[in-house]
Amino acid sequence: MSAGGSGVTANELLAVMGARELKDNMTVFAGVGAPLMASALAQRTHAPGLTMMVEGGIIGPKWKPGALPISTNEMRAAYHAQMLPGITDAFLLAQRGFLDVGFIGGAQIDRYGNLNTSAIGGSYERPKVRLPGSGGANDIISLCREVIILTVHEKRRFSETVDFITSPGWLDGGESRRKSGLLFGGVSRVVTTLGLFGFEPESRRMRLEALHPGVSVDTVRANTGFDVLVSDTLTTTKPPTDEELGILRMLDPARQFL
Amino acid sequence: MTISPREYDFQAARGRLERKTKSSGEKLTTLEDAVARVADGDHLAFGGCLFSRTPLALIRALLRRRPKGLSISRNLMCYEGEWCMVAGAVDKVVTSWMGIGLPWGLSKIVREYVESGRVPVEEWSHLGLGLRYRAAAMGVPFLPALTMLGSSLVDVGGSKIIDCPYTGEKLLAVPALFPDVALLHVHRADRFGNCQIDGYAHMDADISRAAATVLVTAEEIVSEEEIRRTPDRTIIPGFIVDALVHVPHGAYPHECYGLYDAEPDHFGAYVESINARGSAAVQEYLDRYVYGPATYAEYLALFGTTALEEAERRGKELVS
Repeated sequence: MSAGGSGVTANELLAVMGARELKDNMTVFAGVGAPLMASALAQRTHAPGLTMMVEGGIIGPKWKPGALPISTNEMRAAYHAQMLPGITDAFLLAQRGFLDVGFIGGAQIDRYGNLNTSAIGGSYERPKVRLPGSGGANDIISLCREVIILTVHEKRRFSETVDFITSPGWLDGGESRRKSGLLFGGVSRVVTTLGLFGFEPESRRMRLEALHPGVSVDTVRANTGFDVLVSDTLTTTKPPTDEELGILRMLDPARQFL
Repeated sequence: MTISPREYDFQAARGRLERKTKSSGEKLTTLEDAVARVADGDHLAFGGCLFSRTPLALIRALLRRRPKGLSISRNLMCYEGEWCMVAGAVDKVVTSWMGIGLPWGLSKIVREYVESGRVPVEEWSHLGLGLRYRAAAMGVPFLPALTMLGSSLVDVGGSKIIDCPYTGEKLLAVPALFPDVALLHVHRADRFGNCQIDGYAHMDADISRAAATVLVTAEEIVSEEEIRRTPDRTIIPGFIVDALVHVPHGAYPHECYGLYDAEPDHFGAYVESINARGSAAVQEYLDRYVYGPATYAEYLALFGTTALEEAERRGKELVS
């Protein structure tokens, strides 16, 4: 799939836009796929001091180009890591408050950034489609200081309601997340193949803040299952640069994740 | 709610340990003898994570006994969970994620068995399940945590939310999970069951302390002296291990950190056969890889020595 410019794939666009959200000397908890690519790209561009945490229980890996991990628990994910604390203890570092940013994807998302990766349709016991489950996504979204969601933008994913809240965003909006006991964090950004979204501070409803080049608000509306709020200061993102794309393709020459 | 009081009954769990001999003696035995300690209806916790350090030799030996009514738990369940479903061995799967990995998409076996209501999946967050084992390893009925709150996962297992007795804030009371039997694969052990693991620790240490019975396979059996020279590397003490089996490549074709890489092409062929023939393909796989070969050596021979050597080469390269 080409998006946001000639020859740029959906995952390349997500990785580039995701990488730009990260700052130097941050700690980031990253899931497999585009989030991992985004973190690795940021490390090699503007954020050399970024420390990555991976849910297999890995701190500070430096992945080998051409040998990117398929899962967050296999040997490639730990390549040249600084520490392997174990899975439970890695997440407990997030619960303690050491993780600035969490980076996850999602199968189904609603206007409050709630994610469903468990079960679609029917009941939980007898779903129409059983998905793989939370893995670490619920913990990342619950325990990091802020969370960025990276996802392909499709109408079936951007849904009026989610059938099951695997990973809580702002729940029903307003103060509901805090009231549920989630005292920290929350979803700050949703990076999609069409643009960048934030959340309205009071209602916590998703709001379009930037469009990728060549994408219109109408296109976003047509691909979203809920009303799209649009920021008064809507901007356009800068397309991926040759340098950014070059680094991604150097990291993943076989284009396994791009 | 699907958790049962037996899973978090810390007094009963302690009682089982108090009645047990904590032997410092010889633990070496055969795979068949080790898995004979599993009874129908038991809750089994598998060590490792996804396709890393999975106790496949033990699971394979177990399935050859045609067990029934088991509950199985693992933080990320890979295809061994599908084997148990298709073999008719499990009534419940407890996990945070089940599939093989991102490149292979949704598991058609999980979809078939869960969507039809045949085998329920009790889903926890990754940390949630980790803390269930940790609570049990600590001998307490629950641990307070800040995760899973506000999500639908709270209701799946039936977790309770409590008010912090000090601050008044809401906390998730993650219930302990005391498995009947732990199945683990480690890098090395002495014959008394003192175990060392390289690289990823996963949740094995907590699981070993949480379970009533601990079965271990080891890539290498080392001397007592070697363990005594490096006691800081021992993460499971011998007195909590009930049975130990020397099984080189005991996790293959899953990986064992620093020793051998996984075989993604094998997973790919497995998934392709399921795409073509559904759960019948898993039944065929079980016939060929589990029920067919009488010994583990015969099972490994199905992959061939060239594949094993190549996996070893890649595995060593990835830690250099």
